[in-house]
Amino acid sequence: MAEIVLSARHLTRRFGGLAAVDDVSVDLWRGRIHAVIGPNGAGKSTLANLLSGDLLPSSGSVLIGGQDTTGWSPERVSRAGLGRSYQKTNIFLPFSVWDNAFLGAQSREAQQPWNPLRWLQPAARSQRARERCAGALALAGLSHRHGAIAGTISHGEQRQLEIAMALATEPQVLLLDEPLAGMGAAEAHKMVELLLRLKQEHAMLLVEHDMDAVFTLADHLTVMVNGQVIASGSPADIRADPMVQAAYLGEEH
Amino acid sequence: MEVLPRGVRVALGLGLAALLVFPFVGSDFYAQMVTRMMILAILAMSLDLLQGVAGLVSLGHAAFFGLAGYALAFLTPQGEPVGLWWTLPLAVLGSGLAALVIGFFVVRTHGIYFIMVTMAFAQMVYFLFFDNKALGGSDGLYINFRPGAEIAGRTVFDLDSPLTLYYFTLALMLLVYFFLRRLLWSPFGRALAGIRVNEHRMRAMGFGTFGYKLSAFTLAGALAGLAGYLWGVQSGYINPELMGFHMSANAIMMVILGGMGNFAGAIVGAFTFETVLHLLKDLPQLGSVNLGKHWQLWMGSFIVLVVLFASRGVLGLLQPSVRVEPASEDRSQHG
Repeated sequence: MAEIVLSARHLTRRFGGLAAVDDVSVDLWRGRIHAVIGPNGAGKSTLANLLSGDLLPSSGSVLIGGQDTTGWSPERVSRAGLGRSYQKTNIFLPFSVWDNAFLGAQSREAQQPWNPLRWLQPAARSQRARERCAGALALAGLSHRHGAIAGTISHGEQRQLEIAMALATEPQVLLLDEPLAGMGAAEAHKMVELLLRLKQEHAMLLVEHDMDAVFTLADHLTVMVNGQVIASGSPADIRADPMVQAAYLGEEH
Repeated sequence: MEVLPRGVRVALGLGLAALLVFPFVGSDFYAQMVTRMMILAILAMSLDLLQGVAGLVSLGHAAFFGLAGYALAFLTPQGEPVGLWWTLPLAVLGSGLAALVIGFFVVRTHGIYFIMVTMAFAQMVYFLFFDNKALGGSDGLYINFRPGAEIAGRTVFDLDSPLTLYYFTLALMLLVYFFLRRLLWSPFGRALAGIRVNEHRMRAMGFGTFGYKLSAFTLAGALAGLAGYLWGVQSGYINPELMGFHMSANAIMMVILGGMGNFAGAIVGAFTFETVLHLLKDLPQLGSVNLGKHWQLWMGSFIVLVVLFASRGVLGLLQPSVRVEPASEDRSQHG
């Protein structure tokens, strides 16, 4: 059964006089990929930041799992079940691949920081955290690279690692900001397969410029221009929408 | 260099052996000097938790060092010693509490602002004591008696004996070292390391970084207090300079000198710093120039040389350089 995991209502964010995101509503369903497309500066990343708590909305609300998370800090939103990746690769470059993902797994262990008995236990000893970490790396297809230093792996692998780090926190909803950015064809193909695998268990918001990937993956599309939603619907509807063709798709095709 | 390579561990073991036998080989003067080095090593390790592990460079760490020394001075009566068992924890707790309060404000800031705000708070503490006659003023306070270590009326050990104080300090230094080494690998230590590298990402994964940083700041302040208490015990005298800007800067230099982020480097750095300081102050008169008098000039040059040629500190020299593969350039292949 499909269920709504994240629901954003009338989100608006103004920077001075500019409304970077203007009255945007989205619903994310478990088992479906909701793609947000639009030209540069359309407000896609700002929308992602509003959902994850990196930015505060000027107005509007966000519900995750029925909980009102509007105005929450990123760490609280994360614990409410949102995992995200960033447009610009945002990982721990000097740490090993394993340690990167392990921090994500550990974040769900550290819920009793005031239990002195656990203070001095080595973090790596937690069986549950290790299983979560190994599971996330396996799902993201990075198990064989677990010992490599994150700064030395390929760009595509770094993007996979971003997702593994989010997965290690066992999120309900995944917010992926241009996971295919800067990837070659072979890497992009692998990433598309990964996202299809992840879709089964998660609700997913996908911000992406690669139109082939978007139309392969998305169950639902929202098109943004200048902070506003100009169209929203199934991929077929969006492809046929004359306004979208004029504003956006037309430029590329 | 969080994992200590074998060569470093062997060197540290030899160093520990040397510390254990030193009082029987060296003169009393040098044994007391080494006691002071060990006290400063505790201070440097406490700062390393912030600077090397969590990436928080504090220019006000000496404030917590000095406060515990003052606590001992205030708690010691004019005519008799005070109990060690309750004044030591109380002084450590006092410094920790001060760090908790100050930390509540400073750990919200980042980078250069953190450096400035920690310095500003420490200067406030410094002038509070410097300008208040009731708090000893610029002259400071004497501690006439070393604390007594009695259990049920019987003296367990006598800190008046330089030899006992030496081993007491050594034991505490080792305790702090092994405690912090364990902490480094605990979930708390791993989270602090993550915060040093990428605090934003830590928050996005659900870590309340404010709480982690505040805990680290408080713990570091408490451990600096332990060092400050011992300093008061050893020197019998406490003054505002112990909380001053120079003391904080010296502690930073000790951590950098030895190598950051593993606590062993902080110990080595404190010993190196004090040894070099001692040697430089003893430099002879050369013609009309008193070289020893200008030791700060030579110290500055020494630090510059270490940073330029051994950026990972003295401990880093013992580690074979790590080969890092260049980041692969897959992106260009696919264009």
